[in-house]
Amino acid sequence: MVPSQKYQRNGLVQMSLSSFFENPERLNRWMDIAQSSFLPLLKGALLYSLTIAIASFFIGLIIAVLTALARLSGIKPLIAIARVYVSIIRGTPLLVQLFIIFYGLPSIGLMIDPIPSAIIGFSLSVGAYSSEVVRAAILSIHKGQWEAAYSVGMTYWQALRRVVLPQAARVSIPPLSNSFISLVKDTSLASVVLVPEMFRKAQEVVAATYEPLLVYVEAALIYWMICFVLSIIQDRIENKLDRYV
Amino acid sequence: MITITDVHKQFNTLHVLKGISLSVEKGKVVVIIGPSGSGKTTLLRCLNALEIPTSGSVQIGDVKLDFSKKVERTSIPKLRKQTGMVFQNYNLFPHMTAVENVMEGPVTVKKVDKEKARAKAAALLSKVGLGDKLDHYPAQLSGGQQQRVGIARALAMDPQVMLFDEPTSALDPELVGEVLKVMKELAQEGMTMIVVTHEMGFAREVADEVIFMDQGFIVERDTPSNLFAQPREERTRQFLQHLK
Ligand SMILES: Nc1ncnc2c1ncn2[C@@H]1O[C@H](COP(=O)(O)OP(=O)(O)OP(=O)(O)O)[C@@H](O)[C@H]1O
Ligand SMILES: [Mg+2]
Repeated sequence: MVPSQKYQRNGLVQMSLSSFFENPERLNRWMDIAQSSFLPLLKGALLYSLTIAIASFFIGLIIAVLTALARLSGIKPLIAIARVYVSIIRGTPLLVQLFIIFYGLPSIGLMIDPIPSAIIGFSLSVGAYSSEVVRAAILSIHKGQWEAAYSVGMTYWQALRRVVLPQAARVSIPPLSNSFISLVKDTSLASVVLVPEMFRKAQEVVAATYEPLLVYVEAALIYWMICFVLSIIQDRIENKLDRYV
Repeated sequence: MITITDVHKQFNTLHVLKGISLSVEKGKVVVIIGPSGSGKTTLLRCLNALEIPTSGSVQIGDVKLDFSKKVERTSIPKLRKQTGMVFQNYNLFPHMTAVENVMEGPVTVKKVDKEKARAKAAALLSKVGLGDKLDHYPAQLSGGQQQRVGIARALAMDPQVMLFDEPTSALDPELVGEVLKVMKELAQEGMTMIVVTHEMGFAREVADEVIFMDQGFIVERDTPSNLFAQPREERTRQFLQHLK
């Protein structure tokens, strides 16, 4: 089954700009559609887009840390696995990865539901891109910090968990919060694997109303609103972390 | 207390320690001096296995590691638990307050109860004169204060031996005294200490023994009064001359 996408451009109510503004009925209709679609769209955004982004981001970060540690391990097979993974994910479009997971894997008997499919795809993507950030952050921590941790008797994992990663986390918060904001926008791709997130909701409203400009702009505004709030939160966190380090 | 036997350390082709043997009795203070690059830092780091010697053995208390054979992974933390190390650049954990820095080792490594560890850390910080700075972050402390936190952090693990690598070289001159004072008090309490330093006054006053190292060898070891007044070796004489 192929998703019922209607990127339809024919059959729309065509109208010149001037006649549009002279037509109060059309304006009223827009107000109605905007009003009635706002809550469903917002619900799609909060319930699916944002939730999927948050889940994928946390799973992705765990993958990123493990990948970064593998790259730094000095153990050749681990380094190779990590490199191949990052290379594949970065070298192929996310859209194609999602198609493979959702439409491709059933061919070998792996049926994955829409939401898990999306989360798997996004997590793998976050894992690969963020692993470079995490690796750079770990490398940026002065060697003396490891040595101080070792000198009080810590093991590698203790030094990592208690001393190095907390500091690396601070270094990587600005770039990682940027990737989180990108991820929130990228969740619109989940519409192609049938996740009822905001963009798919928007497509449904368009299919019912034939008002693509209005509805897609409305969706864009909601994405913008969410990202705006996120960037304010990002600033707050960064200010807080800058205080003592 | 400490016995080092024929320790060699090579970095690829660079032979930094060329057969160091040394023993230090409990409660003694040994000061190591020598020109830059002579291997002083490397020797200290070999004592707590921050550097793994190429060959030779290190014994501290009842933990003995023979690096000529394959060393068991688990024995390295054991050796490190016997030693406390104080670094030239303090290397405090910047994301932890002073008291958290000091309690970190006991809590994470020895699994000491947090409240107990905190009480002990607070006592140690008071002892080094920082009883009023418990909740300050390293960035809020002067260099001298940071180094005293560093000393308290090392002491918190109840080490058998304290290793100091130029603990005052990164400090402004007016802050050197407060750190040396803490070190003197430690020495008076009977702590076994190995100190790499350029503070000859400290060596004269506190050391039981001074070791002069050059090019990976121990050239000469003697009491401070003998070594400073009448060095037996020409190289020692030249080095001391140079200092004046
Ligand atoms: N990790 C390393 N890799 C390669 N060479 C090293 C390493 N650590 C130290 N060395 C070299 O070993 C030699 C001895 O260094 P070390 O730091 O022990 O000297 P030092 O006596 O402490 O000198 P300083 O008074 O300048 O601190 C130097 O030539 C140094 O460049
Ligand atoms: Mg040195």
